[in-house]
Amino acid sequence: MNLTLYVWRQKNADDKGRMETYQANDISSHMSFLEMLDVVNERLLTDGIEPIAFDHDCREGICGMCSLVINGNPHGPEKGTTVCQLHMRHFKDGDKIYIEPWRAKAFPVIKDLIVDRSAFDRIMQAGGFVSVNTGGTPDANAIPIPKENADTAMDAAQCIGCGACVAACKNASAMLFLAAKVSQYAYLPQGQAERTERVKNMLTQMDLEGFGNCTNFYECEAVCPKEISVKFIAKLNREFLRATVKKP
Amino acid sequence: MKLDAKIPSGPLTEKWDNYKFEMKLISPSNKRKYKAIVVGSGLAGASAAASLAELGYNVDCFCYQDSPRRAHSISAQGGINAAKNYQNDGDSIYRLFYDTVKGGDFRSREANVYRLAQVSNNIIDQCAAQGVPFAREYGGLLDNRSFGGSQVSRTFYARGQTGQQLLLGAYSALSRQIGLGKVKMYNRTEMLDIVVVDDRAVGIVVRDMINGKISSYAADVVILTTGGYGNVYYLSTNAIGCNVTAAYRAYKKGALFANPCYTQIHPTCIPVSGDYQSKLTLMSESLRNDGRIWVPIAKGDKRPAAQIPEDERDYFLERKYPSFGNLAPRDISSRSAKEACDDGRGVGETGVGVYLDFADAIGRLGKNVIAERYGNLFDMYERITGEDPYTVPMRIYPASHYTMGGLWVDYNLESTIPGLFVLGEANFSDHGANRLGASALMQGLADGYFVVPYTVGNHFATKGPAGVDTTHPEFKKVEEEVKQRTEKFLSIGGNRSADSFHRELGTIMWDNCGMGRNEAGLKKALEMIPKVREEFWQNLKVLGKNEELNQALEYAGRVADFIEFSEVMCHDALDRNESCGAHFREEYQTAEGEAMRNDNDYLYVAAWEYKGVGQKPEIHKEPLEYENIKLATRSYK
Repeated sequence: MNLTLYVWRQKNADDKGRMETYQANDISSHMSFLEMLDVVNERLLTDGIEPIAFDHDCREGICGMCSLVINGNPHGPEKGTTVCQLHMRHFKDGDKIYIEPWRAKAFPVIKDLIVDRSAFDRIMQAGGFVSVNTGGTPDANAIPIPKENADTAMDAAQCIGCGACVAACKNASAMLFLAAKVSQYAYLPQGQAERTERVKNMLTQMDLEGFGNCTNFYECEAVCPKEISVKFIAKLNREFLRATVKKP
Repeated sequence: MKLDAKIPSGPLTEKWDNYKFEMKLISPSNKRKYKAIVVGSGLAGASAAASLAELGYNVDCFCYQDSPRRAHSISAQGGINAAKNYQNDGDSIYRLFYDTVKGGDFRSREANVYRLAQVSNNIIDQCAAQGVPFAREYGGLLDNRSFGGSQVSRTFYARGQTGQQLLLGAYSALSRQIGLGKVKMYNRTEMLDIVVVDDRAVGIVVRDMINGKISSYAADVVILTTGGYGNVYYLSTNAIGCNVTAAYRAYKKGALFANPCYTQIHPTCIPVSGDYQSKLTLMSESLRNDGRIWVPIAKGDKRPAAQIPEDERDYFLERKYPSFGNLAPRDISSRSAKEACDDGRGVGETGVGVYLDFADAIGRLGKNVIAERYGNLFDMYERITGEDPYTVPMRIYPASHYTMGGLWVDYNLESTIPGLFVLGEANFSDHGANRLGASALMQGLADGYFVVPYTVGNHFATKGPAGVDTTHPEFKKVEEEVKQRTEKFLSIGGNRSADSFHRELGTIMWDNCGMGRNEAGLKKALEMIPKVREEFWQNLKVLGKNEELNQALEYAGRVADFIEFSEVMCHDALDRNESCGAHFREEYQTAEGEAMRNDNDYLYVAAWEYKGVGQKPEIHKEPLEYENIKLATRSYK
């Protein structure tokens, strides 16, 4: 198939950036979206044009590195799918495809389609852990955990930290990302000791990084490649409320 | 050079405990005077960096991704082994040890593997305490599943994303230490060389991948946790960025490279569909618990799977290996699939694939049970192939997945460069000639959480501080070399992309040093690779400049190292005139096509010393001594 691509090109963080148009001809429907970009880049190189920079690594939907907005949708049109697992069979000959980076104040563009997501790391550093040192931990079966709780914790823990939730949100909120981690620990006995401080510290850091708040449009859940439920945002709010009223 | 593995004396079961007592300690108040550099942030790197920082050492940690959470350990699907014997099915530390040595086809060190089996239980405890959401039974206790090469259920898992959950556990411990200021994390920073002063590793030279700045970092010890070199084949299940550069740079600086020809070809990956393909996707080995592997009995049978009657199907693993069946070890399963396809009985459009069929399991257990066990894997398969594995059997084919070879290390996990430690997939230590499923996660975390915090402490206590900072002339010299090399890539101005050279190299390696190898093919590869190398340095095209984010420039450096490294692999494969584990030399097989090991002549670790680009490296042999296990022909029949 033949496609017309409109791609965001930006030399560096200081550059203003602009959309450029490229033709992508003879694209096989078996290719992944990123393989289609590989082919385009190889042809750009031949023409002496610097290839389009985009983040990617595992190409199997788990590392969370890839991060493209395709026709206005973070990770493209397929539900529950990262860009790297999106295949060209979902497009047709003659399609026009707009490709942009994540757009959020807290995710500044580094180059072309690559953004800086280190704000997510700093939120995790503020409280996304259980404070246990290596060694001296009890036998893993010493604390039984009801299967239902373990499964719910796992539903939340699947977050790959890609940031699509932020890119989709009109407030550029990181609440779904935060909710996933806070909920995982809130459902497990291991997370109880630091339950109060964790949610407060992580939310404070989220605000400091310039992410907005949740106003319940659920765009995040709609684009999340791991389909993490917004019910965890409700859980996050509840955890926060609990933390603010709980006596130390 | 005499290789001393420094294996402690005494009975196997007491070596590690006795050795831990013999090691020298550093008092708590003196620990902050020492610094470790950790390169890589996967299971081994993140766990080592966090554990060392918890002890009180200062740590600088580097990764090429935009966050340490994205290291490729995250892609591991199936699980992690431990000798807990929670299932009461006869497991023990000794059995895990034995299975691992046997699975590795008797080419690993007894003492290292026994220690691995010992600490495997601590790993599960540690991860559970971190809040890793392992799969559980209704009673609230941990669930287990089976994996290839073992007859007990000892694999712990978190759905099909065990690597992700374990890595996020280690990442959370690392994040905590970053927040506390004990670890300084450098994201999007690639190590391009190592600095050795007075026969001791004292630091590294890195490139900031955002602004191209080349700079030096000094420390009292350097720890490489940079993964394997499976991408030498171009197509593999590795992440696109996985590379051999850090290990290869260390090799060029004097670290020996051990058993590079031991590369694992994983049996269950989605087959190649076209020339544009950039990577291959693994379907977890755990699928072999319930899926049955088969091909048509008749050659060239192109009927859809459903129309091939039961008696016209060849369930070849069940036929050849009745006691392990579809759970035969990876090397054996991969070779059997290749044989079936080479025999003209492969399935799918290309004929390069075999079926992995769940129809029986769905009939027996119901679709819901299968969906609960493997739902995310089935979804992934459908996304990639457009076929529904609940109704049509999956098609799978082997692909490069893991490398057992790596930098040579002693019992302390220290390389032949003093002060340079190597952990996880980057070292060669525990898996012999073939790794069993669910053992990579175990080894990465064992090295990082439970081995290196002790052995690095002992190193500090016995050797003292390195006493060298980045103003030392050697740092300036290495920085200058790195800069010149980077400029060279940009100035060649040829016509071909790094990618095209990588593909060319990958084809040479897959055809001649892949699942099957023979003398003629390896010699041919050794003639072809230098030509690729020469053309690379004359005809490479990289646009842009160094002082900016430049992915093509990063890639060029990695491909250059892969090209040089691939020759070492071929030399190793050529030297080893036997078939063992994943190394299958076609000249050495039984009448039934099984691997023929030669313990009289090849019961050693081959450790290669760099002698110059294009020169044959020099082999050093570490004899393998088996004091506890009786060498036997591996049988899974």
